[in-house]
Amino acid sequence: MLEVQGIDAGYGPVQVLRGLSLDVRPGEITCLLGRNGAGKTTTMKAIMGLLPLGAGRITLAGEDIGRLPAHEVPRRGIGYIPQGRRLFAELTVAQNLEIGLMTRNSPRHVLTRVLDLFPRLADRMGQRAETLSGGEQQMLATARALCLEPRVLLLDEPTEGLQPSMIEAIRQVVIRLKSEGVAILLVEQRLDAVLSAADRVVFIENGQVRETADAADLRARPELLKRYLGV
Amino acid sequence: MEFGPHLMLAALEGAVTAAVLALMAAGLSLVFGVMRVVNVAHGEFYMLGAVLAFVVAGMAGGGAPGFVAALVAVPLIVAALAVAADRAVLRRLSYDPERTIVATIGILYILQQLALMGYGPDARPVAPPFNHRIALPWIDWGAGGPVLTWPWGLSITSYKLFVIGAAATVLAGLWLLMTRTRIGLVMRATQLDRETAQTFGIPVGRVYALVFGLGAGLAALAGVLIVPIQQAHYLMGGDALLLSFIVVIIGGLGSLPGTLIAAVLIGLSDGIISVFFSPTLAKIIATLLVALVLVFRPQGLMGKPAR
Repeated sequence: MLEVQGIDAGYGPVQVLRGLSLDVRPGEITCLLGRNGAGKTTTMKAIMGLLPLGAGRITLAGEDIGRLPAHEVPRRGIGYIPQGRRLFAELTVAQNLEIGLMTRNSPRHVLTRVLDLFPRLADRMGQRAETLSGGEQQMLATARALCLEPRVLLLDEPTEGLQPSMIEAIRQVVIRLKSEGVAILLVEQRLDAVLSAADRVVFIENGQVRETADAADLRARPELLKRYLGV
Repeated sequence: MEFGPHLMLAALEGAVTAAVLALMAAGLSLVFGVMRVVNVAHGEFYMLGAVLAFVVAGMAGGGAPGFVAALVAVPLIVAALAVAADRAVLRRLSYDPERTIVATIGILYILQQLALMGYGPDARPVAPPFNHRIALPWIDWGAGGPVLTWPWGLSITSYKLFVIGAAATVLAGLWLLMTRTRIGLVMRATQLDRETAQTFGIPVGRVYALVFGLGAGLAALAGVLIVPIQQAHYLMGGDALLLSFIVVIIGGLGSLPGTLIAAVLIGLSDGIISVFFSPTLAKIIATLLVALVLVFRPQGLMGKPAR
């Protein structure tokens, strides 16, 4: 579905990604693991077209999207849940979702479906996003991305700073999307949260892919983790 | 004239200043709020509005039709010019807050000198489309209770009332645009988080061009409205820019209600102090007010503190 082939990217003169390649398949959760500064968030931003590519290609179902203007990338069907949620803080829940719906001119029933997944948001439609609790903010960030009926979903540390019940709620939604055939790329620090849900794990270091492993293998042979992550 | 009617007259003059100032400052505040660009050339868009109003009204044959033609066409012409300046200059600087200040200073001088070369150094008026003198009553407390009197000189013209009404209508429209429409939602989302806006399909470059054009169009509209009262001159942008900055700083950058309140405050005090004391004192007090706001409430009356 989403293929990243040998991309170089970075911030101005600072190159972060060096020939990074990975692919994200429909109905699978691909997890990006690596230490701080390895290039996980940079990979996400490069896919979203927020950083110029120095080399390489990014294709979505065969279409080259690596050199589209940033605002065209989500219109191809990529939903992005950025690190730290990045809600439009002064807008209401309804307005945040409206922006998600506007991205691809989603029909109205999409909103109903999204609110079915997150009933707590339905009660808070008129509330400003900045007044929500951390868990509700994460739900809103997820719901906003789902409003564009994504073929590919990028989640950057969705469980950061959340209480266990919220983490579980988010996890259930992600697993449900996977079963509906969405291709999911997940960045996560907490291994336990990842291993049980992921299909494949991509280890990155210094902006390059070190290893790609089946999550099932990692569950069976935890010593592999030690080799890749030193944990 | 006695003190009471005199004060009312000064307040009415101040209200006209406030109306024009509010339009102009709303444009400046919008551009800063959404784009984080301090547009030093904003006063020149106001000047261009006035100067082009003279030109367009002349081409359309003068009189009321000429003024109406100017009122419609000039803000659009100036907005298009501002969009071109955005594309040609500001976008190439990636909207960097410091470099755009220097760039807009450059645009200021280019526009000012072009106006001098094309329009000349004279101040020229445009005839108002209508200009009836409306005498206003005053209530005196006579021996037998309140009496309605018509003091000599207490009056306003219908055109000045029109300026106040037009400004109020346009500002109400701007508020509705920002809070009730899709394009307003897109502008506010861009203001709050440019990068995330892009990841939801918002073409930030086009939004910026639109906002810069809208801001300049508001300044130009203010210029068209004022020219039957004040005459068009190529240096008129300087004072207007200073007052707009004063209003925007007092009101809180990026806050439309704050801008409106501050415009009324500064416009009225400017009118009243100018009439009773001197215009210079009015400017001194306004500038002092800015200094006090910056010391005691740096975010302005209605602005939010930086997070």
